Amino acid sequence: MTSEFAVEMRDVVKRFITPEGSEMAAVDHVTMQIKNGEFFSMLGSSGCGKTTSLRMIAGFEWPTEGEVFIEGKPMGHTPPFQRKVNTVFQSYALFQHMSVFQNVAFGLEMEGAAKDEIEKRVKRALEMVQLTGMERRRPKQLSGGQQQRVALARALVKTPDVLLLDEPLGALDLKLRKEMQLELKALQQQLGITFIYVTHDQEEALTMSDRIAVMSKGKVQQMGTPVEIYERPSNKFVADFIGESNFIEGKIKSLSGNEACVFVPSLNAELIGMPISDGLVKGEEVTVCIRPEKIHIAEKNAVNQNMFRATVTNTVYIGVDTKVFVDAHGAKLKVWEQNRISRLDPKSFYTVGQEIWLMLMPENTLVLKKD
Amino acid sequence: MNPFRRSPFVITATVLVYFFLYAPIVGLILYSFNASRANVTFEGFIPSFSERVVMDGSLVKSSPCGLFHWYCDLAKNDDVIEAAGNTLTIAFTATIIATVIGTMAAISLQRYDFKIKPFSQLSLYIPIVIPEIVMGIGALTLFSQFFGWVNDAFNLSGDARLSLGMTTVTVSHIAFMVPFVTLVVQARLQGFDKSYEEAAMDLGANEWTTFRRVTFPMILPGVLSGALLAFTLSLDDFVITFFTNGPGSTTLPIYVYGLLRRIITPQVNALSTVWILIVFTAVLLLQVIQSREQKQH
Ligand SMILES: Nc1ncnc2c1ncn2[C@@H]1O[C@H](COP(=O)(O)OP(=O)(O)OP(=O)(O)O)[C@@H](O)[C@H]1O
Ligand SMILES: [Mg+2]
Repeated sequence: MTSEFAVEMRDVVKRFITPEGSEMAAVDHVTMQIKNGEFFSMLGSSGCGKTTSLRMIAGFEWPTEGEVFIEGKPMGHTPPFQRKVNTVFQSYALFQHMSVFQNVAFGLEMEGAAKDEIEKRVKRALEMVQLTGMERRRPKQLSGGQQQRVALARALVKTPDVLLLDEPLGALDLKLRKEMQLELKALQQQLGITFIYVTHDQEEALTMSDRIAVMSKGKVQQMGTPVEIYERPSNKFVADFIGESNFIEGKIKSLSGNEACVFVPSLNAELIGMPISDGLVKGEEVTVCIRPEKIHIAEKNAVNQNMFRATVTNTVYIGVDTKVFVDAHGAKLKVWEQNRISRLDPKSFYTVGQEIWLMLMPENTLVLKKD
Repeated sequence: MNPFRRSPFVITATVLVYFFLYAPIVGLILYSFNASRANVTFEGFIPSFSERVVMDGSLVKSSPCGLFHWYCDLAKNDDVIEAAGNTLTIAFTATIIATVIGTMAAISLQRYDFKIKPFSQLSLYIPIVIPEIVMGIGALTLFSQFFGWVNDAFNLSGDARLSLGMTTVTVSHIAFMVPFVTLVVQARLQGFDKSYEEAAMDLGANEWTTFRRVTFPMILPGVLSGALLAFTLSLDDFVITFFTNGPGSTTLPIYVYGLLRRIITPQVNALSTVWILIVFTAVLLLQVIQSREQKQH
């Protein structure tokens, strides 16, 4: 391995001509550095350019601007069959006219491997995905999950440096998907191959990835570990897209060091000691962001600081949590309270119309630039 | 059970359809055993075997082949054998060439965008919708003009002179077959997901290997149906062949037409029966192959 990065996208732009004749950037100045042996996910809603990015790495599309590097080498117009990356397609794209064995052997035949070598390696690959004994079947005679495994074995048997996976679990049911998530992750760790994984399922991305790139409208919104992405979203989009958030509009009243006092008109109150990121100035309009599970509910105003009166408008019991929806001076907020004690008495839950106090801990809030 | 299956209307319609489809064929086969030489009325089967053919007026009384008298007659007819040979040669050659061209056309029409694409697509339908006689006359005009020009320009004489024959018939057949093959293959390509080809390339196959190992096997059923359609069209083409054939390139339809103008003997029926038998066997074989393929998949 010559480079620190398995794959690097440097300021890559991909423009398509739409059927209406105008240009649109499916990928817009994307820069990503994916380290060797990393499980890297691209996460974003439909149409944000995940597949297009992956296809540029695989070589099915060429960037309009910028460059893709694999193992430090610029790829230019290198065709897919000369790149040491392999793809697991969302539709699997298994060759229907070939058996499972022939499908998996195809890539090795292309390398010109000897017959007994091919047999040995195919056997091992099928063992790895637990499909031993299915060699002679046709793809049509397999279940969705089994087809998915064949697609995986077919790519892995080539021992690529980088494996690209485009929503490989999208077609599976929830239970199987969860199983496969863990299996894929275990496989990746065992083989030490770099995985670049495309998904629009945030839970999947958080479960499996070492690092995640959150994408929207062709741009990378944030790149970081699952913890960083969830705990320190860098903008409102990420805070909203990953998990759930309460957003409270406010204005910076004063600054001292890394802390700010934010005036919130809707609560008609000041939030004191809020940690802020760089670049915010006094008088600036900001969005205060706090996760629903990080708001505390109190029966009475105990601390007097960063506490507000609110009225319960609705509660939903979902087993692990109780979701409490409240109205604080017209600001609609949501609060998740974990059900840590076992109870049945309806009176022990919050009731609609009940007056409560909300407490925001400064360390649990984020003050973001208003966009 | 479907309530419509037993309705009198459905039964009547079915019977009528089969009757009109097969009654002429059954009649045709029956008449190939006719004792009468003038093949207008059925005068009974040829009664018996004997050393030689005995005729009573226009009735065949006995023959060395007995019932199959007209088939033996046919086998001794060198013109028929030659015409059959010509027909098959033309059909095979034209089918192979037209299938290659048609398949390539279908693939490029599906895969690439180019300026004149709508025109190319439309131009496929023109040979199908315009009357065959127009194509025939067009081909004849083209060939005679072109040949006249070449012959004059190079001062060709005798055998070297270009003239109508096997080649002109074959070329004309290719011309009218290509659109059929293209349209049939295009229909097959409609649902073809390009990710199969991408997967092959991803696994290390270059463009040619991808075509050979993945694309072609997947569209093969379409290519085969296109080829079969083209082949049958060529086998029984009369109009275009009529205009473009020359000495030594008489095909079976042209030959039969020639026979009919003189006298209709049951020999024509015998020839048709053999023909039907061959085509029927071919279709049956194809069905068997296809159903076996399907079972494998
Ligand atoms: N070949 C193409 N021609 C024109 N536009 C394209 C082409 N491929 C993709 N696009 C457009 O680029 C944008 C990004 O597409 P892309 O397939 O990368 O999205 P995605 O993030 O993978 O979405 P999904 O989650 O739905 O798969 C979309 O708006 C799409 O319409
Ligand atoms: Mg996609």
